Amino acid sequence: MQKSDDPTAAPAQTSQDTTQARRRHDFLQARRWHDFPEARRWHDMGGDAAGPVPSDQHDYSMFEKRVDALMMLCFAKGLFTVDAMRRVLEDMAPDSFDTMTYYERWVSSLNTNLIESGTYTTAELAEKMAQVAARGQTYGEASAP
Amino acid sequence: MTQRSPVKVRVKPLIPPGHVRTPYYLRGKVGEIERTLGPFPNPEDLAYNHSGKPLPLYRVRFSMAEVWGPDAENSTDTIDAEIYAHWLEPAENAP
Repeated sequence: MQKSDDPTAAPAQTSQDTTQARRRHDFLQARRWHDFPEARRWHDMGGDAAGPVPSDQHDYSMFEKRVDALMMLCFAKGLFTVDAMRRVLEDMAPDSFDTMTYYERWVSSLNTNLIESGTYTTAELAEKMAQVAARGQTYGEASAP
Repeated sequence: MTQRSPVKVRVKPLIPPGHVRTPYYLRGKVGEIERTLGPFPNPEDLAYNHSGKPLPLYRVRFSMAEVWGPDAENSTDTIDAEIYAHWLEPAENAP
């Protein structure tokens, strides 16, 4: 397989061009899955080294309970399925596991699915978010009706 | 009555994008059908809000040696995975 550092390769490419060309070349040459492991999706992490499994417990916060309740209501109303819920989670950026909590990822997926299902529009969401933010800075203030 | 020999199948070595339920670490691996389940709607379609054509789901048994090769701690231990029909192909001649 020709490599990008092959002295006979075409000159005067930027490193980005070279990388893209090599990826395309590798993709076209790939015959088996292990020839092109970069195509593995980030969430499909079964079998990877993961270190010890945390066993600590915590009480659920009001926010977490509300997100869970919202999800159950959406499933009960048939607004979307658990499959669509998971699909949006999997389509998040690879660092979402590090940068977002479990229920933050849930509410993000829930929102995407509700917009996709036409339950509310992005403009309606923006207006509601502004109303909630105007109530106050704390969770208690923002939660008030 | 003779016992039927187990049906060997290979998990297709494909890596498409999308809502794929077939674990990456089993793709290309050969196992034996342990039992047939379903049919169940295909989650690859349900995830995009399509109705999802019902497909047979197979419980496939793999040896740890097949899955992890020399890295397997107990090579004769097995792992079962439930895999939809369209991800499996016959592997009669597999060892």
